[in-house]
Amino acid sequence: MANYSTNEFKGGLKVMLDGDPCSIVDNEFVKPGKGQAFNRVKLRNLKTGRVWERTFRSGESLESADVMDRDMEYLYNDGEFFHFMEPETFEQHQADAKAVGDAAKWLKEQDICVVTLYNGAPLAVTPPNHVILEITDTDPGVRGDTAQGGTKPATLSTGAVVKVPLFLEIGETIKVDTRTAEYLGRAKED
Amino acid sequence: MSECLWQPSAPLDNLRRRATLLADIRRFFSERQVLEMEVPILSRRATSDPHIDSITADCSGAPAFLATSPEFGLKRLLAAGMGDCYYLGKAFRNGEAGGRHNPEFTMLEWYRVGWDDHRLMIEVGEFLSWVLNISRVCSYSYRALFLKFLDIDPHRASLEELKAVVARVLELSFEPADRDECLDLLMSHHIEPNMDSSGERGITLVYDFPASQAALARVEHDELGAPVARRFEAYVAGMELANGYWELTDAAEQQRRFEADQKYRAEHGKPVNPYEERLVEGLASGMPACAGVALGVDRILMLACEAERIDEVIAFPIERA
Repeated sequence: MANYSTNEFKGGLKVMLDGDPCSIVDNEFVKPGKGQAFNRVKLRNLKTGRVWERTFRSGESLESADVMDRDMEYLYNDGEFFHFMEPETFEQHQADAKAVGDAAKWLKEQDICVVTLYNGAPLAVTPPNHVILEITDTDPGVRGDTAQGGTKPATLSTGAVVKVPLFLEIGETIKVDTRTAEYLGRAKED
Repeated sequence: MSECLWQPSAPLDNLRRRATLLADIRRFFSERQVLEMEVPILSRRATSDPHIDSITADCSGAPAFLATSPEFGLKRLLAAGMGDCYYLGKAFRNGEAGGRHNPEFTMLEWYRVGWDDHRLMIEVGEFLSWVLNISRVCSYSYRALFLKFLDIDPHRASLEELKAVVARVLELSFEPADRDECLDLLMSHHIEPNMDSSGERGITLVYDFPASQAALARVEHDELGAPVARRFEAYVAGMELANGYWELTDAAEQQRRFEADQKYRAEHGKPVNPYEERLVEGLASGMPACAGVALGVDRILMLACEAERIDEVIAFPIERA
């Protein structure tokens, strides 16, 4: 495995820290004019999602982590595992609930997700930024209230609950931002 | 996000502001009868500073070094009797690159004959107030600052006590090796970022550094009997801007510090280059008592332009140079 020195640390670089794969978020070079040089580094632990702040002596190095982000199609959930497929090689991977985490509530079959592989096995799943999902449950729509901007909760086909405008009905499809769980609009029929 | 690397990284307005700042600096010193000097940027001698590395060049088949500061040249001029003088120009430090560092940067350094560190601190405060239009100036001893922010006496605390404070406020990938490493960590990671936390931007002057961090400053005993370096620093918005000394003029002590620096560098696997023995000769010939300060011009410009990163005020930082 390659080693990276602090001066090569940059956002997105995958390294091993305390036995866990991490992604570097930020690397700040800190040096008092007459003092020693340090690097103050923010890293996201890819297993837990927790962000660590750690200070290194400039010139220290970390081992690279065998972590790759791959675009994969979500196939199905068999009750225990979530199955994904690489669209070009048709190679399939199964991810457990821990790896999928919160992404589970946005996964719609055939959507393309980013699956993070660690030593070849799924470590994390990132849903598409925008997904189109059907409303499966919500209070009845209130007509003529489109300008008011009031909201109500709506349950979507994948189980996610988002706030939507009052006029929407069960059975409509909407576009949602998965990073913020924000309603973006009615999905265009085409 | 395809950037055009031929273009300056800094907005043109910031570069126009730089032109104004350079003219303002020259006017400040012209009005005070301090003369601008040129000294070598390319020298056969390198810095011996334990934590600053020179960039090596090849000149006529032999190694030469880019100046890490104009200090040696200006002090030789002072020893020759030049009187109050300054340098405004480039300096180079190997490996220093980041949000507040570029390996090539603009430095202002000036000397006042017959002054001590406290007299010069007043002028540094006046200078910064004027160029940055800030009126609030406060000064602390290094000890007072550590007591205020961390409730610990940096001169008396044991290594174990300092390590415990470091462990309380920071996560490290290593065990601090000595007191100075602990103090550098606490200063740069904890105290500096919290200096202007009250909101209003002010100039913070810090004096009486630990004797172990004297560099080229005189060492004396403070009112509590601790040996302290007559050295000071200036900060604005948590950013280190200037480093000044009541200058060491004792040639034998200077020689001893150069040798100690060279020994430290050798022990820590750093390049050991020829040091400036002509400065020792200059001091021996009768260097006038004086105080001097070096100041990072790019950082002043960052504050003046409200820039977050140094590449917003340098036209072509190293990635584009």
